[in-house]
Amino acid sequence: MNIVRALKCRECGHEYEIQPTHVCEFCFGPLEVVYDYEKLDGYFTRELIESRPQNMWRYKELLPIDGEPSVGAQNGFTPLVRAKNLEKALGVSELYIKNDSVCYPTLSFKDRVVSVALSKAVEFGFKTVACASTGNLAGSVAANAAAAGLESYVFIPHDLEQGKVLGAGIFGTKIIGIKGKYDDVNRLCSEVAGKYGWAFVNVNVRPFYAEGSKSLGYEMMEQLGWKAPKHVVVPMASGSLCTKVHKSIKEFIKLGLIEDNGTAVYGAQATGCSPIAKSVKDGTDLIHPVIADTIAKSLAIGNPADGFYANRVINETGGWAEDVSDQEVIDAMKLLAETEGIFAETAGGVTLGCAKKMIESGKLPRDESIVLCITGNGLKTQEAVVDAIDKPRIIDANLKDFDELAAADGFDAAA
Amino acid sequence: MTVSVRIPTPLRKLTGGADEVNIEGANVGEMIDNLEAAHPGLKERLCDENGEIRRFVNVYVNDEDVRFMDGRATALKDGDEVSIVPAIAGGC
Repeated sequence: MNIVRALKCRECGHEYEIQPTHVCEFCFGPLEVVYDYEKLDGYFTRELIESRPQNMWRYKELLPIDGEPSVGAQNGFTPLVRAKNLEKALGVSELYIKNDSVCYPTLSFKDRVVSVALSKAVEFGFKTVACASTGNLAGSVAANAAAAGLESYVFIPHDLEQGKVLGAGIFGTKIIGIKGKYDDVNRLCSEVAGKYGWAFVNVNVRPFYAEGSKSLGYEMMEQLGWKAPKHVVVPMASGSLCTKVHKSIKEFIKLGLIEDNGTAVYGAQATGCSPIAKSVKDGTDLIHPVIADTIAKSLAIGNPADGFYANRVINETGGWAEDVSDQEVIDAMKLLAETEGIFAETAGGVTLGCAKKMIESGKLPRDESIVLCITGNGLKTQEAVVDAIDKPRIIDANLKDFDELAAADGFDAAA
Repeated sequence: MTVSVRIPTPLRKLTGGADEVNIEGANVGEMIDNLEAAHPGLKERLCDENGEIRRFVNVYVNDEDVRFMDGRATALKDGDEVSIVPAIAGGC
């Protein structure tokens, strides 16, 4: 059942037919997909959803494509992990990790947004797809485009982590490094999108693309037993994920799939690029762009497109925003890995680091349910932690040498 | 001062389809006023009722965001390249 109604300007409310465009012609405000939810009355039930395969398309009525997905049909449905060890380490009673570091196929939540964007691009008739990326999106566009038989161009800052460059290049995409920061890449892509007629997933197809993030929220609620958490912490770059997780919760409430649990949404940024967190802390909705400088490169967007709306979601839900230093990011990456066996990328360190800080400051209560959204995989940002972990101890292939080492570790060989 | 201004797709209906126009102006504010004179309707798209550049509009002079310079007062010189880019793009 297709319930998509239109594209609607978030500022002036002007509505547009469904088409590959992302800004309002009248006020330059962002366009968002709007739906006729009442068409789902009595149809879109927990039972229907549970009867479907375990991927993000089990919620397809709430994603803005016309038919069945033509790209990324297997994507999504990542684990929600009860983080018992991390609960002890942080002194909280109910903590979960939504683990998109293992999202199929490229190990970040971008596979969700890309499968929606590219499925929509195919519906629109595009043959070439493209993106401006801090890395994860490049890999996801490249991989999903390859699988769908689409040509792709990905634009990245020239100084990205090797794992992210390789993780896009392997798929045979045309990869363009731009001398500049992500914000420079983004600006160029806005101009290229207008000129070449390609589907830029986060430019002219952005309203559709961004909706894909809601699937992370839907899964979180279904996996909690059809319940929203009291608190959810999300990393913020443009701020889009923050707004879409909130939208997912409001939609499930509206559709009667869950009760309103008064969920508060919290945003996490790195101190070296924290324009949204700063606006929340300063009590203003004015976002001052910054020149990004942080090891959390996937969050290094100095001029966040959805910053204003993320700020509003945080304020309206009674959440908060925090930022952490690069050292705190590394410490949190190690903490997550050592307590829960999850190797998150730098953005995951930002999310956990900020959550830890907000627990300590009392902004996040210790006795209510908290979900941390981990959105990418640490194998892609190894540079960040390579000097922070133990090196292997080298010995000969000799039992006596190992016995000495084990004895030093306090182990006695069984007699 | 004559500068070239790159016009984004959503505004080209107002410039007769032109993706670049040449405009006079000693600074960004003046340039926008002259844009309005040449292509009526452009200013209200770019600026709010107080004349401030809208939240969702980015203006760059020679690839530098005017927010990092002097905003509307940013001085222009002959041959400068100005880009107007909708802010709503990128990231997630």
